[in-house]
Amino acid sequence: MSGKNRYKILIHGLLILLVLVLAFPVVYALITSTLSFQASYTYPPRLIPGNQFLANAAIAWHRIKLGRLLFNTWLISIVVALAKIILSLLAAFAYTHFKFRGRGLLFPMCMITQMLPLPVRIVPTFQLMASFDWINSYYALTIPFFASTTGILLFRQFFMTVPRDLSDAARVDGAGPMRYFLQILVPVSKTNIAALFVIEFIFMWSQYLWPLIVITTGEMRVVQIGVKMLLASEQIAPEWNVIMAGTVMAMLPPLMILILFRKSFTQGIAMQSQK
Amino acid sequence: MQEERFPGYKWLPYLLVAPSIAVIVIFLVVPFVQSVRGSFFISTPFGTKTIYVGLRNYIRLFSSPDYQNSILTTLAFSAFVIIIGLSISLGIAQLLNQKIRGLGFYQVALIWTYALSPAIAGVIWALMFAPATGLVPYIVSRLSGGYVLNWMTNGRIALLVVAAAATWKMLGYNIVFLLAGLQNVPNALMEAARVDGAGPWKAFWRITFPMLSPTTTFLLFVNMLYAFFQVFGLIDIMTRGGPGNATEILVYKLYRDGFIHLNTGSASAQSFVVFFVISIAAITQLRIATRKAIYAR
Repeated sequence: MSGKNRYKILIHGLLILLVLVLAFPVVYALITSTLSFQASYTYPPRLIPGNQFLANAAIAWHRIKLGRLLFNTWLISIVVALAKIILSLLAAFAYTHFKFRGRGLLFPMCMITQMLPLPVRIVPTFQLMASFDWINSYYALTIPFFASTTGILLFRQFFMTVPRDLSDAARVDGAGPMRYFLQILVPVSKTNIAALFVIEFIFMWSQYLWPLIVITTGEMRVVQIGVKMLLASEQIAPEWNVIMAGTVMAMLPPLMILILFRKSFTQGIAMQSQK
Repeated sequence: MQEERFPGYKWLPYLLVAPSIAVIVIFLVVPFVQSVRGSFFISTPFGTKTIYVGLRNYIRLFSSPDYQNSILTTLAFSAFVIIIGLSISLGIAQLLNQKIRGLGFYQVALIWTYALSPAIAGVIWALMFAPATGLVPYIVSRLSGGYVLNWMTNGRIALLVVAAAATWKMLGYNIVFLLAGLQNVPNALMEAARVDGAGPWKAFWRITFPMLSPTTTFLLFVNMLYAFFQVFGLIDIMTRGGPGNATEILVYKLYRDGFIHLNTGSASAQSFVVFFVISIAAITQLRIATRKAIYAR
């Protein structure tokens, strides 16, 4: 018995060690963000936090207009995540509840779409933005991302498990398909909706290559590019304390979203790998 | 399985799929087709004229030492991220695959680096490896008795550091998925194997590993997309493809040729090359997934 208990304690010990090792780089970044410039250059490097975070954050904030960049990134991440949810809910509803010509094409189309990430079509997509006059606009940062095959496949799989009785009952009660969709199907999908929201919010928040090429003005930038600017504005000795203060502010929102929706997220991703 | 639940609505389903289809066609399919077409043309400086050149962009590409180097770099980089990353994750997941309390807590405590962008992971690792003043060079110097680690001047080490940073970001995500997959392997199967005298090594390869294959094929594909494309921000922040072109993976070279050197013909050809690789991987993944479905019946 004690052998088994000892094994359990060992496993917990290993897990905690693993969590700490994985977290260490971020902890080190947090510590650096609280140091003064001089303290960030002491040798050997120190692992004791200082009290300069707010001062560093203020410098980073002004240097790259971080407030504006955070606003931009929040806006595009929320808009894209919501649009992807709505569009894929609708498509999955059609796919699982109706018979129509061409329905068989939807699944292969999703598969093909997964093979078309931005880099395999980047030049014409950029030229399309230029021809729409969308360079340096929120349109370029949002609309091309609106379709979500992940979402369509996720909701398709979930809708197939919803018992037929529900739609039959709705029909007997005289409810049309859209009423059934809005009042029954969407509410029962809320775990999947929350999971997709987390995935797509993080996906959009992390976008780097696309904003790098379609945005050229300072006010329209996203925070990822802001971090690049902070790093690039270095003189001979990078101000790691300021860079890290900016980095911390840039990484907090998606972390908050992940922690807020952690239950739905872990349930949703478990479903994703078994499609 | 998928029957009609609301008969008599002729146009509604088309209306429902229309927005998704429109976005996919306008922003994905059409640009992709244009990109393939563009790979057979070159444009004059200032983009005033395009000239049909047949396969010349491809021939130039594959005979260019820079591109050959980029292919090798991508192979080394993605092999590290995918194979080493997934092997470490599988080892750890297997070790942790016990009935443990607080699994939900550990899941979140491991998976949160998923919420960090590749660029952010890159800045943090650049800090840790900062030449002369960073924590890792300090530790290396102490342990080796004075070795000066400057990864920014040594291509091999730079590639290793960039790959390690990229792997680190995905580690928690991979572990959580594999752990979930392992916990789905029925205990009865393992018991039966034990009764039949299979050792843990044999039981792992004969039972656990095949049972895990939906999860591993999924993760292989996700990690491949990550190592091929999403790490762009990490590379741009940490090395910009350098030193020299030691960390210039395909997506980075594609960006540079297309958007810095404005050689759109070559960039389009490079797009098609990466599409080709990705589609082979996707088709393989799909075939394995469907074969498993039949096998399970």
